[in-house]
Amino acid sequence: MSRGIKDKVAIIGMGCTNFGEHWDKNVDDLMIEAAYAAYEDAGISPEDIEAFWLGTHCSGYSGLALSSPLKIDCKPVTRVENFCATGTEALRNACYAVASGAYDIALAIGAEKLKDSGLSGLVVVETPSDGTRPNYTAPSSFAFVPPAYERKHGLDSKTMKEVLARIAWKNHKNGALNPRAHFRSEVPMEKILNSPIVADPLGIMDCSGVSDGSAAAVVVRAEDAHKYRKDPVYVKALSIVCGSGTGILEQDFDFTGIHETHMGGLDAYRQAGVTNPREEISLAEVHDCFTPSELIIYEDLGFSERGKGWKDALDGVFDLDGALPVNPDGGLKSFGHPIGASGIRMLYELYLQFQGRADKRQLDDPKLGLTHNMGGWPWHCVASVCIFGKDKG
Amino acid sequence: MTGIVSFGAYIPFNRLPRNKLEDAFGNPTAPGNKAVANYDEDSITMAVAASLDCTAGLDTGDVKALYFATTSNPYMEKSASATISEAIDLCDSVRTLDFSGSLRVASGAMLAALDAVKTDIGSALVTASDCRLGAAGGQWEQFFGDGSAAFLLGKENVIAACDGSHSISADIVSLWRGGEDQFVRSWEERFYITKGYNALVTAAVNEVLKKADLKPADISKLILYAPSPRYHASLARSMGFEPGQVQDCLFNSIGNTGSASAPMMLAASLETAKPGDKLLFATFGEGADAILFTVTENIEKLPKRKAISGHIESKLETMTYEKYLNWRSLISMEPPRRPAMQQPSAPALYRNRKQKLSFYGSRCLACKTPHFPRQRICVHCRSKDQMEDYSFLGKKAKIKTFTVDHLTYSKDPPMTFAVVDFEGGGRVIFEMTDCVPDSIDIGTEVDFTFRKLFEAGGIKNYFWKAMPKR
Repeated sequence: MSRGIKDKVAIIGMGCTNFGEHWDKNVDDLMIEAAYAAYEDAGISPEDIEAFWLGTHCSGYSGLALSSPLKIDCKPVTRVENFCATGTEALRNACYAVASGAYDIALAIGAEKLKDSGLSGLVVVETPSDGTRPNYTAPSSFAFVPPAYERKHGLDSKTMKEVLARIAWKNHKNGALNPRAHFRSEVPMEKILNSPIVADPLGIMDCSGVSDGSAAAVVVRAEDAHKYRKDPVYVKALSIVCGSGTGILEQDFDFTGIHETHMGGLDAYRQAGVTNPREEISLAEVHDCFTPSELIIYEDLGFSERGKGWKDALDGVFDLDGALPVNPDGGLKSFGHPIGASGIRMLYELYLQFQGRADKRQLDDPKLGLTHNMGGWPWHCVASVCIFGKDKG
Repeated sequence: MTGIVSFGAYIPFNRLPRNKLEDAFGNPTAPGNKAVANYDEDSITMAVAASLDCTAGLDTGDVKALYFATTSNPYMEKSASATISEAIDLCDSVRTLDFSGSLRVASGAMLAALDAVKTDIGSALVTASDCRLGAAGGQWEQFFGDGSAAFLLGKENVIAACDGSHSISADIVSLWRGGEDQFVRSWEERFYITKGYNALVTAAVNEVLKKADLKPADISKLILYAPSPRYHASLARSMGFEPGQVQDCLFNSIGNTGSASAPMMLAASLETAKPGDKLLFATFGEGADAILFTVTENIEKLPKRKAISGHIESKLETMTYEKYLNWRSLISMEPPRRPAMQQPSAPALYRNRKQKLSFYGSRCLACKTPHFPRQRICVHCRSKDQMEDYSFLGKKAKIKTFTVDHLTYSKDPPMTFAVVDFEGGGRVIFEMTDCVPDSIDIGTEVDFTFRKLFEAGGIKNYFWKAMPKR
């Protein structure tokens, strides 16, 4: 069981690039943009940072991928990778380094350049293998969820399709209000429902896009935070859990919930002292890689009772003006998923919301926010659940 | 007594109606269908299917030779019989050998196997399989079909005893294909039918009948290789056989399956044979073989095989000619915007061959949880290195959930992926094949079939796929 570092470290500066198709920029340009925006936001100079953590899935290897473009000379730079939780992993390591007292100030940065590959969808560079794994795509692995959910909770496939479309509709509606999002327009329900099928029943509009982007956060010890700014954001919980693969080895797993997300959530709630997430969490940025993912996240994280997430979604509970806004910034649906950047991009929305800087998306005095990533497959994944707060305590 | 102990056959699910060729090119075509191997099938996978049909319900522990006969070996250099042997899980002291180069190769392999079993090596499995190409718009494209047959030969429980044989070798140019040829070439047929097929088969048949002191009228079924239905019927008649004695050549429903053609007819004849029947099996190709069998009472004890009758009506006739061209890589297609498939690692293939080809996982000795792929630490009870080999093949299995994927690359899109739960435990995600998406649902029972997942860097990547029960 994790002890956690609640209120021991704080975020005092953040930067986030626009997400999208950056045909004129490489990953170095994106990292420079995010890092320097974070320095400026924190009111520090680049030399002030003592240690760096770079999260990137496939856009660079080793700390050199960051030290070279940023001209960091002989300081500790660590490159981390943990599937879709890669950005969150960089943040987590930076937070622990500062909490330990090893450094006073650290930078966590996530970046990904996906649009230079020329391929559709995400591309994972495989290690040499015997080639047995079926060639299923990311959408097909999440398309296993809807039929299983329908059977278990007594939905017909038409209702399920509407629930999924409602989630995409909501996230695009939020993204339309966000100047940093890749896709910045509302999408009518009809268009979502009738989008071409990718992996039945998921249409193209049930899938997040492919984008480039970078986001960065400056981390200091909580007691030092007010030296830098009046409105720092406090780290309440950092949880990353990896599954054992039981979901695809044993028959208990039923594809209607993700074990790793659920366990990561319990761990994070314990670290943060949250007992009733539906009431206590003001907003959540979750991993809506595909619409069924977001549906079962509601239940895995305790925002909805088991089997009721679909109804809450239809009732608008998770809308921007709902009881628990989920993906107020537009989510992966509007931002795409530059893998290394996504976790820190989610934190950026919480940071803006706590500081009252979220403009048209601004919620009424949010206090506690959650970020969630899930990397891998519904039956076997890395899940990160982190909680951040406006206030100490 | 040596002879046939068991038999099996396989016909691909997909059939191309020959009139689709007429639609494509305008020339009139023969009636009926040609059986077409799916994009993930080849002569190796079809041989595995026929071999499993042949050995179903039998102990294969004493099979000490596996002979593979084909003119369309997927590799020019690398043994197909070694792959087939692993896939059907024969012991590792089996003598594996590929026989190739002639349409007569299957009967030759059977005679070699009969000789081998006389030396008390145990029993021998012979499988013949072919997947040949005729050039677009030509006669052979219409005539050829794909399929396979398999025979277990031995001394115990013989269902058809070999009573004699005669072989003739003659270097005649009839059909041929060089190293650079994608398609079968042929000489003007009047020549090789007259001087080759008719003359050489007649000589071999006459000799074997003479040795056994039999006349054509004594033969219950003549199983005669058929270059075409017309030449087949006329040669049988000229040798003195009545139409009722002649085994159907399967031309209308399957086509000419090359070296597997006469063996598939032999399998069909064994399906209806009665004790005491005399079967005369005659093949042609740079000479002729004639083999005489007498059916024994054991045939009534052999459980029913799928063979020909169990496959022939299980079919899908909706494929287009364009799809056929794509499956056989005869048309240049737009490459997918997906990552290229990575060449499988030879060391990984070798380490995992029992898992990958024979479809074994591991089962925890402590809590009996089966795992695929093999694990060292039990997912259920965490015992370390307490695993035994566990075969998943032949276990009942049902679909837990599934999706029809339009994004992944397939030559038979869309690709269905299914999460499959095995009776007795264990779960595996499979690509499905020969699958009409509307025919499956959660809970549908599936079978398993040995297929080629993909090919990369010239390495053919074989594994098992799920398919709806045929």
